Amino acid sequence: MKIIICIKQVPGISEVRIDPKTNTLIRQGIPSIMNPHDKHAVEIATVLKEEQKAEVIAISMGPPQAEEVLREALSMGADKAYLLTDRAFAGADTLATSHTLALAIKKIIKESKKGEKYLVICGTQAIDGDTAQVGPEIAEELGIPQITYVQKFELKGNKITIERVFRTEEVVIIEANLPALISVLPEINQPKYPTMGGIVSAFEEKEVIKWGEKDLNAKKESIGLTGSMTEVWKIFTPERKGQHIILEGTLEEVSKQLCEVLKEDKLI
Amino acid sequence: MDFSLSEKQKMIKKITREFAEEFIAPIAQESDQNSQLDPRVMKEMKRMGYFGTCIPKKYGGAGLHDDTVSFCIITEEIGRVDASWSITPGVHASVCAYPIYVFGTEEQRQKFLPPLAKGDKLGVFALTEANAGSDAGGVETNAYLDGDEWVLNGSKIFATNGGIADTLLIVTKTGQSGRRKELTVFILESDMKGYSVGVREDKLGVRASNTSELVFQDVRIPKENVLGGVGNGFRIGLKILDYGRILMAAQLVGLGQAALEASIKYANERVQFGKPIATFQGIQYKIADMGVEIESARLLTYQSAWMCDNGLDYGLMGSMAKLKASEAAMQATHDAVQIHGAYGLMKAYAVERYFRDAKMGEIYEGTSEIQRMVIAQKLLRRGY
Repeated sequence: MKIIICIKQVPGISEVRIDPKTNTLIRQGIPSIMNPHDKHAVEIATVLKEEQKAEVIAISMGPPQAEEVLREALSMGADKAYLLTDRAFAGADTLATSHTLALAIKKIIKESKKGEKYLVICGTQAIDGDTAQVGPEIAEELGIPQITYVQKFELKGNKITIERVFRTEEVVIIEANLPALISVLPEINQPKYPTMGGIVSAFEEKEVIKWGEKDLNAKKESIGLTGSMTEVWKIFTPERKGQHIILEGTLEEVSKQLCEVLKEDKLI
Repeated sequence: MDFSLSEKQKMIKKITREFAEEFIAPIAQESDQNSQLDPRVMKEMKRMGYFGTCIPKKYGGAGLHDDTVSFCIITEEIGRVDASWSITPGVHASVCAYPIYVFGTEEQRQKFLPPLAKGDKLGVFALTEANAGSDAGGVETNAYLDGDEWVLNGSKIFATNGGIADTLLIVTKTGQSGRRKELTVFILESDMKGYSVGVREDKLGVRASNTSELVFQDVRIPKENVLGGVGNGFRIGLKILDYGRILMAAQLVGLGQAALEASIKYANERVQFGKPIATFQGIQYKIADMGVEIESARLLTYQSAWMCDNGLDYGLMGSMAKLKASEAAMQATHDAVQIHGAYGLMKAYAVERYFRDAKMGEIYEGTSEIQRMVIAQKLLRRGY
């Protein structure tokens, strides 16, 4: 069995600052990290690896420095990693990104044993773009079932049983046969730090294979900026409006103060 | 000349920093006050391989035996958060497990290293006695051969990890030729009959680290447990201490770094006379000196580690590193308390603990005076 995890390198802050002149992210002085949701995907994969004797493959599309997050995935226990890196992939929206990732997954599956089952795991969303689209789009490209917002997961034989959050309050239980794609929520597990031995293996025993446009036989019109159906017109940080006051004291005092403020503003 | 860390080393630094801040920082003050090592954190440290850093993978370690720079990074990063948590695995690995790897027979490696590397067993190296410490030749703990076993008698004091150790390297007198004592290092196991732990010391600093007395009464040790040959104890002991010093220096660099970071934060936040105290030159000079001293110590430390990894004689540089790092940490923590004013005297502020921990550094693993003696002897004998 193969477990393929999709990973993204993102700026290491929850609040991204935008350069108002160029409408691009201010990356200066901000370290890059593995998208936090994706760590949960890696964790699930490494647990399954032990249970199912599966091979865990991590893939990422990004600039050469994205190798760093793949090495981290290898440190956590992934067996192999592919970095999809090429100038032709640059500027991709979610559609072109998922197309490229799907091409790589197809190639990996094609090169594996015939009939070998596989599962693709993605984090639900990335903290920079926050679209939550890439996982579902990969499943569409691959023509396999997709289950999103997974918070609990079990694999038995060829069947996965998952718990999925639905309309924030309700939980639905879904079964599906492999191959399938799941996108996971942080609630699913607590990722463990890599071990020191794991880090040594990641750099001295394991490989990050780089694939470009030609390796994937990608068509120009489906990848990168040209393959993107959407165009970012403007990115901006919402201006902070209004003022806030912090009330201090015991619960009773704070309640009184709050009532006075609300009365003053004619809200009650 | 290349001062940059490899990608692997950067990852080790990043992960260790995250681990130390998440697991150790919240309990550091508590560890100091109750002199205990939280078992939950110990368990996670063992899982992450911090007890087997410098042991090859074939014996269950992390495989950093040829990467002392990484071992220093780990020790510095944990030391940046708490000294006790840094030296517990540091001492275990550097002066017990690593010497068994370097000086041990293949049988000894296979027998002792896997449980040490996983942290299932803890290690200690014991030299200091009531009348021996700086003067290694004063060792009175002795052993005589009886059939296939050595019979050990005596006691050791101030042994780091002593009370919690399972595998102990004991420097022992096994003979005398003329005025020279013949020393031998034995591998003792805590379940051997006649071995017991004496007093656990209550210390000024590094309080969570276990410092204990070890007592030997007719402990029978099989011949196979001699490390590195009978009579080689003096030479081996010094080599073990040489290696341990680099790691001790790394721990102290971390401690100095912690004091500097706390001081920068406090100086920028604390307002007196209408402006942050960081704007006052008296404070600025202290911050500048701390930075210079710590960075000098760091350079010496990593240079020693690099020399070790490249097969060069690092004894002199290691002593310089230990001396510089302990004095830089002492000065930095001293100034950190001063910058914090009365707050710096309070248990609620970490600098109070840093200050007490730093004083330990000038004494254990070779006092500053002994380091100066060693450095002077080496310089005078062979020039520079």
